[in-house]
Amino acid sequence: MLEAATKGLGARRSFARHWQLYLIVAPPLLFFLIFKYYPMLNAVLAFKDYYVTKGIWGSPWVGFKNFEMFFENPVFWTLIKNTLFISFYLLLAGFPIPIALALMLNEIRSRKFKRAVQLITFAPYFISTVVMVSIIMLFLAPRLGFVNVALGHLGLEPMNFLGNPGMFSSIYVWSEIWQTAGYSAVIYLAALSAVDPTLYEAAKVDGASRFQKIWNVDLPGILPTITIILILNVGNVMAIGFEKIYLLQNNLNISSSEIIATYVYRIGLLNANYSFATAVGLFNSVINLILLFSVNALAKRFSNSSIW
Amino acid sequence: MINATTRIKESAGDRLFLIVVYAVLSVVLVAVLYPLIYIFSSSLSSPSAVSAGRVWLWPVDFSIKGYETLFKNPQILTGYGNSLFYTAAGTLISVTLTVMLAYPLSRRTFFGRNAIMMIVTFTMLFSGGLIPTYMVVKALGLIDSRWALLIPNAIWVWQVIIARSFFQSSIPEELAEASDMDGCSDLRFMRSVVLPLSKPIIAVLVLMYAVGQWNAYFDALIYLKTADKYPLQLILRSIIIQNNSGSSLMDAMKQVERQQLAELLKYSLIVVATLPVLLIYPFVQRHFVQGMLVGSVKG
Repeated sequence: MLEAATKGLGARRSFARHWQLYLIVAPPLLFFLIFKYYPMLNAVLAFKDYYVTKGIWGSPWVGFKNFEMFFENPVFWTLIKNTLFISFYLLLAGFPIPIALALMLNEIRSRKFKRAVQLITFAPYFISTVVMVSIIMLFLAPRLGFVNVALGHLGLEPMNFLGNPGMFSSIYVWSEIWQTAGYSAVIYLAALSAVDPTLYEAAKVDGASRFQKIWNVDLPGILPTITIILILNVGNVMAIGFEKIYLLQNNLNISSSEIIATYVYRIGLLNANYSFATAVGLFNSVINLILLFSVNALAKRFSNSSIW
Repeated sequence: MINATTRIKESAGDRLFLIVVYAVLSVVLVAVLYPLIYIFSSSLSSPSAVSAGRVWLWPVDFSIKGYETLFKNPQILTGYGNSLFYTAAGTLISVTLTVMLAYPLSRRTFFGRNAIMMIVTFTMLFSGGLIPTYMVVKALGLIDSRWALLIPNAIWVWQVIIARSFFQSSIPEELAEASDMDGCSDLRFMRSVVLPLSKPIIAVLVLMYAVGQWNAYFDALIYLKTADKYPLQLILRSIIIQNNSGSSLMDAMKQVERQQLAELLKYSLIVVATLPVLLIYPFVQRHFVQGMLVGSVKG
């Protein structure tokens, strides 16, 4: 009944009746137009040669020159390689762990232990990026760091972990897992609590072992959730976070730690090469959008779970 | 003996499986907890014990020298004050704007709600990028202004989705219809019915925005130029990550002592910057979880 009334209401009656709500919605909407949509217009910079004196709209068009410069730049393949490598490493290592954590927690009958594990594994999520990187640097410091002191006691040579390009991705990925696994497990735990209890009864009657129950009831039960989170993660492989990588970078590991986002910051804001950096950023956003749509379409086709 | 209706005797395999689960989770627990304890203990040890690597689990040569030095450092105190201000002001602005957007979008008779929702959620998928956004902030004259940390990222789409689904599920449309019949305006309805009923969701919004604002550093890095406007996180970055120890305070000391104290200071700083969040966390974890779940079910 309400639906029917809504349809008949139409725009004019809605304005007349809800003018106060339109007034309320205006400031936040304005926020989105100014800080989210206006920058999208500004992204035409990617197709221009920016002159401060002429402004964005007065600067001359140059077509795809900035993009061509980027693709021909030797740094291009390094950036793509680093971005994708770190992303897929994080996905491969970081995606299954929260699921395993949730499945294990779900087996625990002691409420105290379960709550303690949840509370403690969730806590690092609240640590800021700066503090997280500080902790990493203190622990991995070449001489006085905890890890090197421990290695010393074991009679092993100290290592400069952050100065070693080969170790950068592992440091990034495993600290990320340390920080977010407990947080990510919460969604799966919620999905597990929604699994139909009669299935457990049936499994029990059939004499299923705990492991068989997990494999045949729990996992299929949370599969839709797993699919959706996977779509979001795969769709975001190009959008890997700037903040932590930038702080972990140094001159020694830059060959494996420079990703598209940090490059945009360096070229754009530090070197004031606005047009070129905008083009690089736009390239990244577009690829990411395409990825998200493709993964979503694939998931829709094969598993009936999708984010829209 | 065993009550067969509620509990079927576990097989040996199952019991072994459960033992493995407990063992793995205990290892996880230690792996997460140990670094936190180590940092806390180091911050309460003497400078020489910390730099000699003598701390393993509990404080060695208990001392609060790190904290003393810290609270005498004007740079750190200013940063702390700034962060408190940004967190309070930013949270107020963000929560207000989020509710202003989410409530109308939850009303079924609000024409254009789907279009507005599309406009809002699309920004999650695509953005103009760093430089184009920077240029907008610059054009508005917000570079090196405190407003630059409060406004450009004031609304998080995720929070709008969470708040909107809360309003939709807990404030019956019929209630709004009825008040409308009685001549109650939308604004008055919001003030006297919606807000009092929405305390749980407002708590979630406040917590999430506050933690986000307290922990943020990126906007400050790109928009601020003057050091006395820096939030604590940027001061932390300068002292710990870039290793610019606040040496002005320690000029009188010997080189070695200065280095040792600088090392200790890093641990105390981490504790001071993280403790406010971690202390309230056990009390509010439930709200965070609720917030996440509302969003994930309906979003």
